[in-house]
Amino acid sequence: MAQKIYAGKPVDVNEEGYFTDPSQWTKEIAVEIAKEENIELTEQHFAIIEFLRNRHSGGDPLSIRSINHSGVIDVKTFYQLFPGAPLKKATKIAGIPKPASCV
Amino acid sequence: MATEQKNPVKKVNIICAKGAVEDVYATLILGNGAVMEGIEANIFFTFFGLDAIIKSRMDKLHTAVVGNPALRLPGGMRMPTLLGVIPGMEAFTSWMMKKEMDKLDIPPVSEFLDLITAGGGKIYACKLAMDMFKFRKEDLSEHVIDILTVGEFYELAGGEGSHIIFT
Repeated sequence: MAQKIYAGKPVDVNEEGYFTDPSQWTKEIAVEIAKEENIELTEQHFAIIEFLRNRHSGGDPLSIRSINHSGVIDVKTFYQLFPGAPLKKATKIAGIPKPASCV
Repeated sequence: MATEQKNPVKKVNIICAKGAVEDVYATLILGNGAVMEGIEANIFFTFFGLDAIIKSRMDKLHTAVVGNPALRLPGGMRMPTLLGVIPGMEAFTSWMMKKEMDKLDIPPVSEFLDLITAGGGKIYACKLAMDMFKFRKEDLSEHVIDILTVGEFYELAGGEGSHIIFT
């Protein structure tokens, strides 16, 4: 476990850069992590990040299928917002652990 | 564990030649897993795998209950052949498998193909198999972008970091 400084605050992260304590997350920190991934966060990004954080705190396992049922955006838009590996990137930016799902 | 890969997988080309639930889902999970990681994916359906991309069949796949030595009843006992031949047993077993998959948030085939194509995955049908089973283009689901020969498949399977997987 290591510590990184985001938005002037120290944050506990694991070796892959994922938050070990989701409660340390703030929106400003999210913007900084997103910049590391070359993503500029918009309203849509924040909407889906909020959905993912809510699902995580509700104890529901994350899957890419759940994005389609989120009512926030569809999966195609999700891939556009977080190009490449959307679930991995979005959870990193959202300050929640990397999903261990095959779907 | 994130390790720096010297030769990361950049593209997968998956061939699906069988039409049972377990064979098709192995293909779809490999394909979806690839696009979820930003890996380019081409999926080629041939022979009985065509059932997974035929509109009228794709969400009605079964698993074998006779001659499937790995199939077990809840409790661990192997499925006896004489139990498997009872009418309705195949449909019932297949339905139970689908229920278990749904609990794990694994979607039906049509929705799964939605997820894969939304991520940029490309779905193809085999021309030879289409001719053999006398299917027409209209029978195919809208996820299929083209009907290819084996030579055309090999052409698009090339490139550095590209792998061909037969499920």
